[in-house]
Amino acid sequence: MKSLAAQNSPFADAGFQLEVLRQPLPQGTVFPAFGQRLLDHGLWPLKPSHISILQVNLGKMCNQVCKHCHVDAGPDRKEIMTRETMQLCLEVLAKTDIPVVDLTGGAPEMNPHFRWFVEEISKLGRQLLVRCNLTIILANPKYHDLPEFFRQHRVQVVSSLPYFTASRTDTQRGDGVFDKSIKALKMLNAVGYGHEDSGLTLDLVYNPAGAFLPGNQKALEGEFKRRLQQGYGITFNNLFAITNLPISRYLDYLISTGNYEPYMEKLVNAFNPAAAANVMCRHTLSVGWEGSLYDCDFNQMLDLPVEARAPRHLRDFNLEALSLRDIVVNQHCFGCTAGAGSSCGGETVA
Amino acid sequence: MEKTYYNPADLGKFGAIAEFQPTLAAKFFDYYGEVFKEGALTEREKALIALAVAHAVQCPYCIDAYTTGSLEKGADEAQMMEAIHVAAAIKGGAALVHGVQMMNKVKEVMM
Repeated sequence: MKSLAAQNSPFADAGFQLEVLRQPLPQGTVFPAFGQRLLDHGLWPLKPSHISILQVNLGKMCNQVCKHCHVDAGPDRKEIMTRETMQLCLEVLAKTDIPVVDLTGGAPEMNPHFRWFVEEISKLGRQLLVRCNLTIILANPKYHDLPEFFRQHRVQVVSSLPYFTASRTDTQRGDGVFDKSIKALKMLNAVGYGHEDSGLTLDLVYNPAGAFLPGNQKALEGEFKRRLQQGYGITFNNLFAITNLPISRYLDYLISTGNYEPYMEKLVNAFNPAAAANVMCRHTLSVGWEGSLYDCDFNQMLDLPVEARAPRHLRDFNLEALSLRDIVVNQHCFGCTAGAGSSCGGETVA
Repeated sequence: MEKTYYNPADLGKFGAIAEFQPTLAAKFFDYYGEVFKEGALTEREKALIALAVAHAVQCPYCIDAYTTGSLEKGADEAQMMEAIHVAAAIKGGAALVHGVQMMNKVKEVMM
């Protein structure tokens, strides 16, 4: 399977996606504007509370081509962050007290400067998360020592595993991904990850393999723990239940399968003001592979940078100015405000 | 009148039954909401029971709702199909166990 970009699909174009989300449905249905919903609940304009997470996207290159991927990542994507841009990230961290750095991709480990970047962030004493797709650990011998590398730098590993069965996982992430993911989880467990008293955190990310919303995060976590322990002897710390946002490949999937209208209807009807008040963009700042700044990774993929009055690149980084910005929202944001809310850290409403 | 008895869009209008009788509808939906909350049974277990019952009563709205509901609560395909087999076994068993009644009657009227 190729990326949408390699297929020259219109869904690779951010403007096309935004137009799909904006336009009325063929039978005339118009979904309410997300911004209007915020206004109705006294949340417009949406402002940052405090910036506590710098989420850095190291690029779109990935060893997998998942059907729901909002990045449209894959082996055919060559856009990756340079060492110079990483250096700008380090300079930003050095002059601020942002406590958490969240590395994502693509497969961030495929960036040739990944290990150097992790080491440099470690020296700055920040809490470091790596969003590891698990299979990368087995993709090439040069990655087999990643669990040990993560352990050495006390990296919090956050890994996608959409389900505890092979069929549903492979449907979303590709043939053979489940078996490889299980092997990789065992390798992480073997160096201490996921054990309660090790101080090495292994979190899993669940997102539905289809056109439905995630259920209660705590209940799903319990079921995942039971099934992974019983079936494979695997342990982990927390499960993050994440809603699929209607962009990129997932939007393409929704449209092509006739699920777009009922899915959007479900998201809109499940709008929760408490979740809207807790959205991750209020405390996270997203950095693109070329150093541009975004309110979140989804806005990044939709080419929606932070508002024009705020600094838009690492070169011009100013925490105070960014803290005063209005957060850019659009129709896809209904995905973060449905039900118990959704973020890169799972539910946002207790 | 619609040309078909069932319209998938009607599922989303379930709440509209309050239009003709708001008091009873409110009581029903409050009760309904309480029933499906986690209690002695998990939400997932309740969704699977609902899925099985939906098949037993052959309600297409309920099958639609609780197929999605079971998936959302984390049920896998095997669990969902086993739940339907439970419904089928009870439906089949309910028919067959009446066979005893038939046999009793046969024995009563036959020489």
